[in-house]
Amino acid sequence: MNELVFFINNVMIAGAVSGSIYAMGAVGVTLIFSIMRFAHFAHGDMMTFGAFMVLLLTTLFPSAGSAIGVPTPILMMPPAMALTACLAVGIDRTFYKPLRAHGVKPIVMVIASLGVTLMLQGLIRLFAGTGGSSLYVDDRKEIFRLPLPIEGVRVPVVITEPQLYLFALTIICVVALHLFLSRSRLGKAMRAMSDNPDLAQASGINTNTIVAVTWVLAGGLAAIAGTLLSMDVTFKPDLSFFLLLPIFAAAIVGGVGHPFGAIAGGFMVGFAEALAVFNWSLLLRPFRDSLPEWLSLPSNLAFVGTEYKIVVPFFILVAILVWRPTGIFKGKVIT
Amino acid sequence: MTQSHPPSQQRADTVAAPRRFPLRELLLFLGLLAVVLVVYAAMGPAYGTRMLVESACYAILALGLTIQWGYAGQFNAGVMGFVALGGFCAMFFSIPVNDAFWNSELPGELGMALLYMVGAIALVIAASRLNRIGVPRTLRTAIAVILGVVLYMVVISNFREIAGQIESQAGFIGGMALPVWFGWIVGGALAGGIGYFIGHVCLGLRSDYLAIATIGIAEIIKAFLKNADWLTRGTATVSPLPWPIPGPSEVGFTLARALYLSVTAVIIAVIFFLLHRAYNAPWGRMIRAIRDNEVSAAAMGKNINKRRLEIFVLGCILMGIGGAVLASFNSIFDPQGYLPLNHTFLVLVMVILGGPGNNLGTIFGAVAVYIIWIMSGPLALSVLEWAAHFGADTFGWDVPTNLDSRALQARVFVIGLLISLVLRFAPKGMLPEKVRHHG
Repeated sequence: MNELVFFINNVMIAGAVSGSIYAMGAVGVTLIFSIMRFAHFAHGDMMTFGAFMVLLLTTLFPSAGSAIGVPTPILMMPPAMALTACLAVGIDRTFYKPLRAHGVKPIVMVIASLGVTLMLQGLIRLFAGTGGSSLYVDDRKEIFRLPLPIEGVRVPVVITEPQLYLFALTIICVVALHLFLSRSRLGKAMRAMSDNPDLAQASGINTNTIVAVTWVLAGGLAAIAGTLLSMDVTFKPDLSFFLLLPIFAAAIVGGVGHPFGAIAGGFMVGFAEALAVFNWSLLLRPFRDSLPEWLSLPSNLAFVGTEYKIVVPFFILVAILVWRPTGIFKGKVIT
Repeated sequence: MTQSHPPSQQRADTVAAPRRFPLRELLLFLGLLAVVLVVYAAMGPAYGTRMLVESACYAILALGLTIQWGYAGQFNAGVMGFVALGGFCAMFFSIPVNDAFWNSELPGELGMALLYMVGAIALVIAASRLNRIGVPRTLRTAIAVILGVVLYMVVISNFREIAGQIESQAGFIGGMALPVWFGWIVGGALAGGIGYFIGHVCLGLRSDYLAIATIGIAEIIKAFLKNADWLTRGTATVSPLPWPIPGPSEVGFTLARALYLSVTAVIIAVIFFLLHRAYNAPWGRMIRAIRDNEVSAAAMGKNINKRRLEIFVLGCILMGIGGAVLASFNSIFDPQGYLPLNHTFLVLVMVILGGPGNNLGTIFGAVAVYIIWIMSGPLALSVLEWAAHFGADTFGWDVPTNLDSRALQARVFVIGLLISLVLRFAPKGMLPEKVRHHG
């Protein structure tokens, strides 16, 4: 049974953690894609920016959180979200809007977003340095070890405080997003615009407002994801580059333009990564003695080593592009 | 491509212009020459020649990208991967043979492992065709997938074992001791092969997907070269790589580099000439027709996806060759030294600043941007140091200690800003593509 706990720790929890992060990133990417019709490469850096703002605020007021009993970074998240949302809208106004007004092809917008990526990364590195730093300035990261009430199990299930916050916040965000898109006027207008921008504009929807709302949503979600990821591991300025491919894979797997498809895709990519780097010979070890002579188990039965983790989202991306380019939920924009 | 002007403006430069004196080109290249001379005077001929050789290598990369982006509007965001592949081939084929590896039993075992791999692939492909002999499709898919997973596991664990043995007994498998130019050609071919695979998957789809996929493949190639210690020595790096011409130890730094510069100049001249012919040939016209209006080109009966694939593979081949030439010149193969910033975005800036689709402009952009890039490090450091002193004197800042590493980050910002500004204010670059009307 110890093996099963290994499996829970290394696959279920790790997959759910990276899945939630990818899902929140992919929702932002897919929203931007469906409203503005281009792949926004600077999304990973918006995450890093959000986390950096939290780091900054936490360093300024290290003990603010203990007053109300939550870790300070969590308390600093709402202002950081607001800042990131402002940044996103500001970037759009200065860099993307003029290009949109010229009516450039989407691929030029992609290049512009790469330019923004580099600028953001340069600024963050200039101020934060290149090394990693922990978001827990004054508090201590709680790690819960839950022993299973089963005979003979010595390994506990390990889960950390930021991971619990991550799961809770992911659920809250998904529910809130659903309510926003299906109930509110703005959300409905957003969906209308993603379906047919010309028709939406003709029926009196203010497209500028919709674009701004999209950026606010994407920026806020990016800040949450970035902060929780940095709390779980550490804050590093080059975090974003490793997030980019999984997030886009998730958005495309879920069908571009489908927020809920993106969430499903995010979890799919997250779990696929965890399953691929898991060492399966751990699970097979109890059966080692009953296996025939010619079938001796090697000690390492992982699909890919952790250093090749990035192959997994790429493989998923290529597979989906070959077999079902619209994604599993029939996204709309492919040509 | 950069269709950023309203139609009326675009009209102006598509009308057949009379042949005019190329004043703009002349002025820009004279300015560039002046800058190069200043660098020579300030830093000495050895440094100046090294800078020129490196910028010539980058010019090959930039020509590869200008084919993809300028001629056909495909955005390759993974130049780094193809450069690294080229560098690997230059290393693998030119360095001396490792006797410790070839005299042991390891080559045979490695060959067997590779044979198993081929056999496993053949088996899986055969299983995926089972429906031809009457197996139901769902059953066939299940069999193929399960067989694939199991065989993959068997092959990969076999392979890991042998790779580990090679690392512990012989270090790495060494080279082939073949002429340097052979590695360059194979590097180009290998990069073209990977380009074919990516292009085959992505070119029929939305243009953004190509950018995403190329970013991914570049990271994968780098991860492989960095971690496959049995093949490349990974982070331990391989050096020195031989040169195709007498090296610095025989004829001195400046002369050796000047010889290398002439080799790269010949390569560029050949590529330039061939591209020029292709651009003005019917093939080039067809490529531009597809870029400018896909629907009407398709209506004329052009095979769009095939042409796109040709262009993409051609560009990748040039990138592979450029990467190989660059690695040979630096005389070191360091997989960790391949960075998206230095090998993807720098090349991108060269192309969009110089003029996408204009070969001369691309070469101008490559040399100019590389000089700015090389000079910006020391410059940024001195500016930052000055600012830090100023701040410390007047406001009492405590200056961060890692100032030089932070100054390097300023270059990231500058490159990003440059991309944004060029796209906004000069979407056609310094030397815009000249589109002529024929007849």
